[in-house]
Amino acid sequence: MNFGIDTGFYPLGSCTMKFNPKFTEELAALPTVTRIHPDQDESTVQGALRVLYELQDLLARIAGMDAVTLQPAAGAQGEYTGLLLAQAYHRERGEERHQVIIPDTAHGTNPASAGMLGFDLIEIPSKDGRVDLKALEAAAGPKTLALMLTNPNTLGIFEEHVLDIAQIVHDAGGLLYYDGANFNAILGRTSPGKMNFDIVHFNLHKTFTTPHGGGGPGAGPVGVKKPLEPFLPVPVIGLNGRGYHLDYDRPKSIGKVRAWYGNFALLVRAYAYILRMGGDGLKEVSDRAVLNANYIRHRLAGVLDVPFGGLRKHEFVASAAKLAAERGVRTVDLAKRLMDFGYHPPTVYFPHLVEEALMVEPTETETKETLDGFVEALKKIVKEDPDTLHSAPHNTAVARVDEVQAAREPILSWRTLKSPKPPS
Amino acid sequence: MPSDEDEMLREMGLRSVDDLFADIPSAVRIPKLDIPDGLPEDQVVARVTSMLRANRTVVDMPTFLGGGLYDHFVPASVRAVVSRSEFYTSYTPYQPEISQGLLQALWEYQSLICELTGMDAANTSMYDGSTALGEAARMAHRIHGGRIFLVPRGLRHNRRAVLANYILGAGLEVREVDYDRESGMLDLAKLKTAMSPDVCGVYVENPNFFGRFEEQLEEIRDMTTGVLVVGVNPIAQAVVRPPGDFGADIVVGEGQPLGTQMNFGGPLLGIFACRQQHIRKMPGRVIGLTRDAKGHRAFCMTLQTREQHIRREKAMSNICTNESLLAVAAAAYMAVLGSNGLRRVAAENIRRAKELAAAIDKIAGFEAPLFPGAHFNEFVVRRKKGYAAVHRALLEKGIHGGLPLTRQLPELSDAALFATTGRHTPEAVGRLLAALEAFR
Ligand SMILES: Cc1ncc(COP(=O)(O)O)c(C=O)c1O
Repeated sequence: MNFGIDTGFYPLGSCTMKFNPKFTEELAALPTVTRIHPDQDESTVQGALRVLYELQDLLARIAGMDAVTLQPAAGAQGEYTGLLLAQAYHRERGEERHQVIIPDTAHGTNPASAGMLGFDLIEIPSKDGRVDLKALEAAAGPKTLALMLTNPNTLGIFEEHVLDIAQIVHDAGGLLYYDGANFNAILGRTSPGKMNFDIVHFNLHKTFTTPHGGGGPGAGPVGVKKPLEPFLPVPVIGLNGRGYHLDYDRPKSIGKVRAWYGNFALLVRAYAYILRMGGDGLKEVSDRAVLNANYIRHRLAGVLDVPFGGLRKHEFVASAAKLAAERGVRTVDLAKRLMDFGYHPPTVYFPHLVEEALMVEPTETETKETLDGFVEALKKIVKEDPDTLHSAPHNTAVARVDEVQAAREPILSWRTLKSPKPPS
Repeated sequence: MPSDEDEMLREMGLRSVDDLFADIPSAVRIPKLDIPDGLPEDQVVARVTSMLRANRTVVDMPTFLGGGLYDHFVPASVRAVVSRSEFYTSYTPYQPEISQGLLQALWEYQSLICELTGMDAANTSMYDGSTALGEAARMAHRIHGGRIFLVPRGLRHNRRAVLANYILGAGLEVREVDYDRESGMLDLAKLKTAMSPDVCGVYVENPNFFGRFEEQLEEIRDMTTGVLVVGVNPIAQAVVRPPGDFGADIVVGEGQPLGTQMNFGGPLLGIFACRQQHIRKMPGRVIGLTRDAKGHRAFCMTLQTREQHIRREKAMSNICTNESLLAVAAAAYMAVLGSNGLRRVAAENIRRAKELAAAIDKIAGFEAPLFPGAHFNEFVVRRKKGYAAVHRALLEKGIHGGLPLTRQLPELSDAALFATTGRHTPEAVGRLLAALEAFR
């Protein structure tokens, strides 16, 4: 009744659904992980603090950053934290900046994080699937707090002009925020630090394969360059002559974004995964993830359009717009029908600038056989009778679910269902 | 036999994977990652296990910490449920037709939280109890419009700190209402003075930070013109009148006690529930009951227009990845125990806390509970001659005392918050009492 990555192919774009190692599950179940309280005296949790300290260091190295906080619970909270850090940085310089620039390809959490903090959002249109440098130049100025960018972007396209982008934003006095959701594409090839980003969040539940848990928990550590380090949330895990410790003595800190130190049980898993893969293994991860994505894209030529030219990194966005126009078959129909073939559909209708979008991210842990099977299924599906597709799925536990009805009269609990007064 | 990689490359007419990275300009390339090479699985397991051995668990060391996070017994069946890979290796149930298992589990979580709190709707989770509080303050502002949010001064400082960061964009001001020095409950006279038409919400905890049940919810409701937000310990709800009955508008809390281990403070489960009339202002993901095309019962995510992927900068919250698996654990925990089981656990906690406080109170120089009256599973212990030395001495004897309150509230710098649950053995309690006796 529920499809997981252990069930089958799960090419959900932007979400990086890769195999979740089993040995990290075993480690996270150790009593030395589960049965320690975060308020324990530092002397009694040296093992936990050491894991956190070493993970801070590993992540900083991977990202080309100088310091890392492990506190944020997920990517979106990493963004929130990162924007707070940027604000603190500007304020220290006596500047109030409140404009956050994002490209129109940005994930919804980017504008939502900025909006939640009351910042003004400036969305710039893309040109040929990439940041339009002219538009960026026009948008950047003395009020620019930061540009939020993911690279490769959500189309899977590497922003080749990333150093020019950085230059434009830095010249305006703004900071560069790297949305690390797409880190799986660049391990060992480049790093946010090398691309001149100032702040980065990691989605450990994506690139570093902590299980997605049906929607969470995740972990969203944030890395920064040196000038931003003083503002990191408290506590930072430190090491001194007496051992590992929780450093609260940080007068410029932004404070806290969640209770205690982060999603520890997930951080242990990510730490173990990084030790297991190492620098060499992580590079292979990206190599294979990118190979798999480009392979599917290549094999889908003539089946579905993939707008915008050039290479892709770990994912690509196809469009069913032509199919919709010619045969009345929309992306949602393809997605639903894919389930009948045993696949989890790709991400659909995102990013918004691609009509009838299907965002495919195969990840590195899939074999050629799986990818070929997926391609063959799609080839078959696009030729099927539109009625079969409109009424799909046919092989699942329930038929197509009426989401409109669910929203019209929301029944969110047994209590509401049983209440005499029908919900308005 | 050629490898998968070779075949794929050949089919694409490429020589090497490097060709696929030709779009990365040389100026931003790195030669390799600056971390050590990978290790075999057995070596990683050995290394991490050995590092973690430096921790002293609550099994090795009788520990009396609570303060928002508790060491309750987790039935094996709860772990079995969340260890199902269909649950833990899936993601947000965007495709309901192949996610009915998770969707139903989450809907049942919502339903059980509503039963426990007397609310109509719950979301599938916030990051933790502290961000749930932050989101509640923001929602109170959306509902009421006022710019002041009142919280108890006796509030765990990590919650207070997170709240401070969550209200920034909404332009809210947080004001503290002191507690009554005698009862440990909210000081109603001070609340009255703090109330104004610009107060969008009042936050109160039951049980409160001192473990004391807050018995004035009715009075607090009557005095509040804005939104009433009640913070709960979910297990304690099994034995109190639910906040919904007192007219609470929003209920939040830390859900870790419901079937999740302490894990050094994460992952946690932010409980968030509200009344039906406010559901469109609620943050986070929610699951609704509906039908499929054949008329069969089905579940799906709903009210998504509140969320970041649709509403973007105008979304109720930026939350995307949440703590769903812990919500599934909580649902399993509540279902496995049932209402009788939950009540038994709650009663057991109350009894044990009462007994432990009484035993500590008997020791000359110690006062427990500092605030008289009904407590849940923790209470304040005061030692007029100072508590810090006691804390250190306990640690030296391999016992972890309660949370010293010095950093929380200066007037309680000679006190600590002691917690107990059904997991403390008589031997553990005996060791604590014997060690405290030495300070007579
Ligand atoms: C590109 C991108 N940015 C940010 C996020 C937000 O991360 P999280 O879900 O961990 O909050 C996501 C997650 O889906 C993403 O795909």
